[in-house]
Order: sequence, then structure tokens, then C-alpha cells
Amino acid sequence: MKRVQFSSPLLPYLFLAPQLAVIVIFFYWPSVRAIQSSFYLEDPFGFGSTFVGLDNYIGTLLNPEYLAIARFTAIFTALVTFFSLALGLLLAVKADAVIRGNATYKTLLISVYAIAPPVAGLIGMMFFDQHIGPFVKIAAFFGWEMKVGLSYFDTAFAMIVVAVWKQIPYNFIFFLSGLQGLPASVREAAAIDCRSSVKRFWTVIFPLLAPTAFFLLIINVTYALFDTFGVIDVMVKDKAANNPITLVYKVYMDGFRGNDIGGSSAQSVILMIVVFVLTVLQFRFIERRIHYT
Amino acid sequence: MHRTRILDHAVLILGALFLTLPVVVAFMTSSHEAAAIHSKGLMLSPGGHFVDTYEKVLTRQGGFTGQVTGARMMMNSFILGVGFALGKIVLSMLAAYAIVYFRFRFATLAFWVIFTTLLLPLEVRIMPSYEVMSGLGLINTYTGLIVPLLASATGTFYFRQFFKSVPEELLEAARIDGAGPFKFFIDVLVPLSKTMIAAIFIIMFVYGWNQYLWPMLMTTDERFFTLMRGIKQILQVWIGSQIPDYNEAFALAVLAMLPPVLVVVVFQSWFIKGLTESDK
Repeated sequence: MKRVQFSSPLLPYLFLAPQLAVIVIFFYWPSVRAIQSSFYLEDPFGFGSTFVGLDNYIGTLLNPEYLAIARFTAIFTALVTFFSLALGLLLAVKADAVIRGNATYKTLLISVYAIAPPVAGLIGMMFFDQHIGPFVKIAAFFGWEMKVGLSYFDTAFAMIVVAVWKQIPYNFIFFLSGLQGLPASVREAAAIDCRSSVKRFWTVIFPLLAPTAFFLLIINVTYALFDTFGVIDVMVKDKAANNPITLVYKVYMDGFRGNDIGGSSAQSVILMIVVFVLTVLQFRFIERRIHYT
Repeated sequence: MHRTRILDHAVLILGALFLTLPVVVAFMTSSHEAAAIHSKGLMLSPGGHFVDTYEKVLTRQGGFTGQVTGARMMMNSFILGVGFALGKIVLSMLAAYAIVYFRFRFATLAFWVIFTTLLLPLEVRIMPSYEVMSGLGLINTYTGLIVPLLASATGTFYFRQFFKSVPEELLEAARIDGAGPFKFFIDVLVPLSKTMIAAIFIIMFVYGWNQYLWPMLMTTDERFFTLMRGIKQILQVWIGSQIPDYNEAFALAVLAMLPPVLVVVVFQSWFIKGLTESDK
């Protein structure tokens, strides 16, 4: 903090009041309610609720459907994270190599960055549409009869493609700014010591990018877990029956469609723990990065 | 050396095509008739029905009750984006100012109370948030749409980092000149933060514009639908129709992605700066 500060008995609280009020009402209150109702069984007709201890958690974690969705979520997250990071890095390295006078590539590559997940999902649906989708036609050419929305595997495939498509520009921006932040002297020294550019990349450049990559890893995992909600909601069109969904979508389905408030809350709390662990990892890592930059 | 350059360009061109082609195709296809799209597939060249399709999407009464038009949804998205961005800037600048520039007893506590909000994204607490909102009677209001989204620390985090980088001498000089907290904030800090405020405004505008889950829960009255909510609607109508209105769906998608794409392309350097600087 600052060496010189104002001191006033009232002003700081006055300035903080609006932010704190919003946070207490719309963040802490619902969060506490979620934890609270995860221990209760709510009567579906609104006649009060019974304390059931850890039953909601046990019921959730022993439910084979929940476990299948958790497994899909893990695979989905791993694939989306891997492909969007790998393609983002590849494009950043190439753009870094030719960037002089080539702002066009950069503009094109980041232009779709801010498109909302449901819009991405809608465009994806069109590209994977039974009648008009070019991807379906390409797949048919290779003998793959693609039925997005009906076949579990095909829907999962389309969802991953759309989720990766939407996330590449983000990773591209960060990798590119990481690459361009590397000191020229390091690159020149590496170029003198090592002639193979591929080897040079993996032994010198990539380790220097590792902090960026790790930071992006956590951001991408969070993205795949939570921000893909819009993509999934649009692509399964409310028919979750045969279609793959992620854990966040299940929270929504059970809470709003199934009216299972206790179960939904228990799932929320389980996800809160996942996010908590991810955030702690991220913070510890950010502290470390500040140390050596 | 020369050959690798060509390969570099090839990879970049493929990447750029993969990323931008869907958007171009969405735009081109939206200017054709539904029947033509149904028989010929997606289009890469402009058709002749641009004006009538967009006019129809923007002005026709849609939905179940016929109270919502594309223009209305666009206006709601705009209100959400601007309201969210402005609210975020005001709340978070004030809070960051208090945390960085004041010595007071519960400073550390206030800091943690605000920053724990980074721990839980809205998606994991939707159910209880909805209950709280309906308890407060805020369903189907702009307040209910905007204010709960402000309950996060991102903006405060950005401004705190920025204020910390402002030279100490400024405050010392201002105090010698007899400036109080209000004067210092309005005459020194706000003008200094102009670029930062602009960068955060566009990032937050896009964030608000793109909200999906929250507007979906908070609005049952069609007069409050945003474009993102409209996209869900159009898909529901779509299921079961003989020749779906592909052109209208695409037109809606184009309208929904126009502001975000424009903002990113036009304010590219601000956007990148805002993103990469603030996340550190």
C-alpha cells in the first residue's frame, strides 16, 4: 500500500459501502444459502424442509449418472484445454515469426475473441446441421455419418470443436504478448548456440513461456468447466437425455428443471470446492511470477 | 529460411480461416432466403435478401406474446452492457480508492471480503441467487439483470493494481497544496485513469452484452429479453419446423456478435492491454 495515506474515520467506509453491499446481498447471501440447503431435503410442494446431514452429498456422489457426467466433464475439459492451448501457442509462435508488417494476421486471429458462447454454439449448430452443415458433409465424405444432437459421441465432438474455436484467440493473445516480451538478447544468444529452431523453441523459448502457459492452463480449465455453459445449452437444445453435458449444466438442470434443490445445492458446493482449489493454485502461482519478473 | 517463412504463412492463413470463416459464412448466409439455404447449404457469397431479412428480424413482433422485437432485444442487451460497465467502474473505482489510499481499521478484512468473490463464479451459485432475487422481487427488472452481476472483484482488482502504480509523489504534492480526498480523487486520480477507465469500460461492456445464463433466469417477461436470450428462443421455435428460418437465426447471431467483434477489432490495442496487464 501507499506510504502516504489519507486517514478519515468515515470516508473509506463510505466509498466501500456500495461495493460491499452488492457483494453481501448478491454473493455471500446466496453462497451461504447454497451451503445451507445442501444439508436439507426440500419438500417439492413447499411444505418446509428436513435436515438430512450429508445425504445429498452421498446421494450425488454415489449416483452413477452423476459420475458419468463427471467423467465426461473431465474428458471434455482436458481436450478443450489441450487443443485450445496447443493451437493458440502454434499460431502465436508463427505470428511472432512473421509479425513485422503483419498486423492483419493478428487482427484476424483475435477478431472472434469476444463472441459469446451461445452465439458460438448457434453457429456451431449450423455448421453441424443435418441438412446444411458443411462439417457433416465433410464427415460423410469420409464415411462418418454425423448426427449432432442425436448421437452422444457426435454431439460431444461438435461441442469440443466449438469450445476450442471460441477459446483459441484468448490463448493466442497471451502467448503472443508473452513471446514478444522475451528479451531479444536471449533469443540472439539461443540462435547462436543452437541452430535447430524446433530444438531452440523447446529448450529455450518454451521454458521462458512456462509461467504464461501455467496461468493459461488454469484459465482454460475454468473456461471449459464454467464458461462453456452457453455452448452446451444451445447445442443440446434442452434435450439432455442422450447428449453429453457438464457438471455445471447438471446443477442447472437439477435445480431448475428437476426441482431438486438439495441435490443441486450439494453439486454447487462440490463445484465450489473445485473452483476454490483452482483459484488457490492460481494465486500461489501469481505470487511466484511476480517474484521473478 | 525462405521455406520456413512460407510454412509460417500457411499455418497462419489456415488458422485465420478456421477462426474467421464461420463468422463470414454466418453473415453471408443471413442475406439469403431460408428455402435457398435449405436446398443449397451455407453460403460464401452475399445474397439479395439482406435488407428484408434484417428488417424482419429487427421489427417483427416475436415470441409467445408478440411483445418483443429484435430491436427491443438489442436495446436490452445494450442497456445491460452499458449499465453493467458503468456500475462496475463506479463501484470498483470507489472501493479501490478506499483500499489503496486510506488507512483504516478493517482494510484487510474489506479486501478479503471483496476478493473472495473471485472464488465462486455465478454458475455454481445460480439456484440460490435466483431464490434471493425472487425474494427481493427483482425478477424482470433491469436492476435484477444488472446489479447482481456487479458482485465480483474483477474491476476492483484492476483499479487497485493501477492505483498502486500511480507515483506516491502525486499524493504528497496534492496534500501540500491542500487537496482533500474528494479533490484528489476527482482532479488527479480520475483524469490519470482515463485510459484505464476506457479499457475497462469496453471489456465490461462486452462482458455484460455477452451474459447468457443470468438473463435467462432473470427474465420471464419477453419485454426484458436480451439478444442472447433471443438466441435460445429461436432455437426452441426451430425444433420441429419444416424449413427452419436459417436466415433469421443467422441474422440474429450476426446482430449478437457485431458489437463484440467491432469492439475487439477497433479497440484492439486497448483490449489486449487491458487483458494482459490486468490479469497479472
